[in-house]
Amino acid sequence: MSEGSLIETQEIDGIVEATLMCSRILDEPTIQVIGDALQAAIADREDPQMILDFSHVEHLSSSALGMLISLNNRIREAGGGLCLSAIDSRILDVFRITKLDRLLDIFESTVDARNAARG
Amino acid sequence: MTAANSETCGNWERSWSITGDQDELRATVEAIHEQINACGWDETASFAVRLAMDEALSNALQHGNGGDAAQAIGLVVKVDGETVSLTVTDQGQGFELKSVPDPTADENLTIASGRGLALIHAFMSKVTIVPPGNCIEMQLDRADAQGLC
Repeated sequence: MSEGSLIETQEIDGIVEATLMCSRILDEPTIQVIGDALQAAIADREDPQMILDFSHVEHLSSSALGMLISLNNRIREAGGGLCLSAIDSRILDVFRITKLDRLLDIFESTVDARNAARG
Repeated sequence: MTAANSETCGNWERSWSITGDQDELRATVEAIHEQINACGWDETASFAVRLAMDEALSNALQHGNGGDAAQAIGLVVKVDGETVSLTVTDQGQGFELKSVPDPTADENLTIASGRGLALIHAFMSKVTIVPPGNCIEMQLDRADAQGLC
């Protein structure tokens, strides 16, 4: 399993934009690769800003939620911000049920997330 | 993987004894997912069943079987027009439900683990932890599935 098939990242105006490319983020090996790639993308940055695009994601496990929480914790500790965008309505329910919509900044579209990240 | 089968879409039942091998788990879940769709359950119901099944199998592997992929996990699935029933059994000693912290409590929101059981309860109509706690029975009723999302 290659990182490139799971996630694509680019930097625009100092903001890391990462798009999750796989439809199912369920098993531990997949989550580990994605988590490592996202952590590496913000490593050594001051006030890291990241947008995570979920437009290709159809299924998500609680382990994947854990990976997102760890990423969010690290970004906030570094003084930055994490924005999630373009989340399918069923997956959005997963965030609401677990009340993670209160912890994580969630935007309807990546454009909305960009505007928020730029302040 | 070993499996027993009772094959009609109107009253489909199958049982597996699988290991924690990721490819085997994925193939099993995919087969069940396809059968549920073939039996006329819509994508919303299929999403709920898949999520509950993934979480229960993950708990069985990680907590029940201590991460040992060689240990067996039992899985029984029954599908008919009105109900999807899932039973997952691991080789562990079980657990006390009251020992599981509420992941939605404010003080627990930043903890990275412990949400699987909460999601199962949220998406299924009925959930039973069978004593001593190494077996979980889950049921989704069509009427509840239509109210999801």
